[in-house]
Amino acid sequence: MRPLFRFNGGIHPPQHKSESAGQGIVPGPLPKRLVLPLHQHIGAPAKAIVKPGDRVLKGQMIGQPQGPISAAVHAPTSGTIHAVGLHALPHPSGLQDLCIELWPDQEDRWIDRQPIEYREKDPTRVLDHLRSAGVVGLGGAVFPSAVKLNPGPPGRVPTLIINGAECEPWITCDDALMRERSGEIVEGILIMRHLLDAQEILIGIEDNKPEAAAAMRRAAAASPFPMEVVVVPTVYPTGGAKQLTQILTGKEAPSSGRSSDIGVACFNVATAYTVHRAVNHGEPVLSRVVTVTGNVRQARNFDALIGTLLPDLVALAQPKDDTDGFIMGGPLMGHRLPALDVPVVKAMNCLIATSPALFKPAPRPMPCIRCGRCAAACPVKLQPQDLHWFAKASNFGKAQEYALFDCIECGCCSYVCPSHIPLVQYFRHAKGEIWAREREKKAADTARERHTFREDRLEREKKERAERLAQKAAAATAQAAGDGAAAQSKEDALRAAIERAKAKKAEIVPRNTENLPPSTLSEIEKIEARRAQLREAAATKSLDQKED
Amino acid sequence: MLAALWVMAGLAVVLGAVLGFAAVRFHVEDNPLVEKIDAILPQTQCGQCGFPGCRPYAEAIASGAADINQCPPGGEPGIRKLAELLGKEFKPLNAEHGAPKPKSVALIDEQVCIGCTLCAQACPVDAIVGAAKQMHTVIVSECTGCELCVAPCPVDCIHMVPIGEEIGTWKWDPPDYSYGPTA
Repeated sequence: MRPLFRFNGGIHPPQHKSESAGQGIVPGPLPKRLVLPLHQHIGAPAKAIVKPGDRVLKGQMIGQPQGPISAAVHAPTSGTIHAVGLHALPHPSGLQDLCIELWPDQEDRWIDRQPIEYREKDPTRVLDHLRSAGVVGLGGAVFPSAVKLNPGPPGRVPTLIINGAECEPWITCDDALMRERSGEIVEGILIMRHLLDAQEILIGIEDNKPEAAAAMRRAAAASPFPMEVVVVPTVYPTGGAKQLTQILTGKEAPSSGRSSDIGVACFNVATAYTVHRAVNHGEPVLSRVVTVTGNVRQARNFDALIGTLLPDLVALAQPKDDTDGFIMGGPLMGHRLPALDVPVVKAMNCLIATSPALFKPAPRPMPCIRCGRCAAACPVKLQPQDLHWFAKASNFGKAQEYALFDCIECGCCSYVCPSHIPLVQYFRHAKGEIWAREREKKAADTARERHTFREDRLEREKKERAERLAQKAAAATAQAAGDGAAAQSKEDALRAAIERAKAKKAEIVPRNTENLPPSTLSEIEKIEARRAQLREAAATKSLDQKED
Repeated sequence: MLAALWVMAGLAVVLGAVLGFAAVRFHVEDNPLVEKIDAILPQTQCGQCGFPGCRPYAEAIASGAADINQCPPGGEPGIRKLAELLGKEFKPLNAEHGAPKPKSVALIDEQVCIGCTLCAQACPVDAIVGAAKQMHTVIVSECTGCELCVAPCPVDCIHMVPIGEEIGTWKWDPPDYSYGPTA
């Protein structure tokens, strides 16, 4: 008998498992319309690789993974792509996101499936296969499994934990899967073990699921690699990965660290099942088991196609007339859906119909009386009463100091609070604010950097322009000086020419004035003198004009 | 006695030299207070405070030339942070400098744009791309929403579009803080 450990606190809420457990997995509807969100996982959204009008086959990739952390999206049945556009998601905000709308042709024709032999293949090829098969953690975190199964240095993850605890009330999808498909889950576990090269496999199941534990024990006994099914006490939130790890190994993941830091990888049973389908059958993630329970006549586990709109699915469970809403997930960690016209996504494990009788409205909160029951119940040993004060005062830095980000939002503190303070709501709000502020800070830093760069650039350009202008001005002066000299020489040449012409003219003497009487000669001389004067005057005048 | 005097004098000279060296070696060029103020300012570079950017405003606050309530994009939380940093009393935003608005980004109507480059020249963070007589566009991820590009546009083709909520950036509402058995 393996020694079990305990985590701090925890609660024992009414289980409500019997409503849907033991009824078997019922096939979901094949509706007229499927809406497939491109961002169903943690990481970068997939990129649509189909366009309206395209005919697709069952299992065909329609959304391609982008970036290192991403997962593919596939057509869950054959049909025609009707649109790629915005549609509301099953999200507490009710906001829209990019989705692919597929109109099934009801023929359900498969694409050519290509299983791979994982034992002989290079692990990276198997991981690529899982990534393009859209395999993500189906326990709720929807983290791409290919990233988590990346072995890294050998022996880094000696322990593989398979999470079949399913601790939250009402939910029985993992229970149903373990009862019916234990052999296939074990196949998937073997693939995971091979990829991680783990030495030890532990399958944790809460003791309120004896049938599931028995089925898993039978399947594990037939496995070529030893794996141990460990039945753990039913305490909420045992199903948290870190809590289950703590119970089974006694090891606690460091604050804001990961399970792999302590040599443990933890996967949900449904993830193991999809790994098996993807590798051994070449079938990507097209459907998942969804518990539809609560205020319904026929609470069941449906094997629903991803993208099935909830009205189509819920109708099969026959909600009662006084149903006033739906919760996605469990009553403690789930959230109310603002509208029902949203699709089934990979993260959706449970859908609870609510009625005022079944889920009484929360009483109005009273002031904190500092009883400390929240701290006693907190599975990660936080001080919710302190965190609550810090969050309320918007003193988020202090909340972070008190390890707000180690809060798993399990809701134990809110559940036990005698003043009915919605503590988890405070913490979710505080986390959101901190993330928003970090985003703002990043944006401000980028803006500052760009602004400084621009200032520098403008300064540099100004300098360069000034330099260019100075160069140009210098060149212009130099040219002007050259031009002046040329003009001077031209003028000199002109003057010289005029002088030469004058000298020539002076040399020429009229011949018909010889042999004349002296009186006539003197008269002629006088006339010549006047002419000379006139010529002189004319020459000066023309020169003056030239100079002007 | 004399030895003690020599020792003390020697120590004084040595320590003085160390201090002198440190003053030169670790000289701080900028006023560190300006850096701290600048880190609080939202870096919109919009100039609504009356200074040509966030850093000049930070310098003015540090030197006492400007008040802490002149930054509309920083809003009330920004003023509170500045008041806390500088040990001053909080005061409401000076309405002369404008009112806080929801965060927006500029959007150029590319059908109308004539490619005059005036907006690109006005942008304080170089978030508008486009050449003369070519259509311009705003790099949304870099736009600070300062609105400085709106006025210079001769054909009024730039509009400020508030950033709507997206799933990726959505955050939970704060709970109802009031207490009591009845609302």
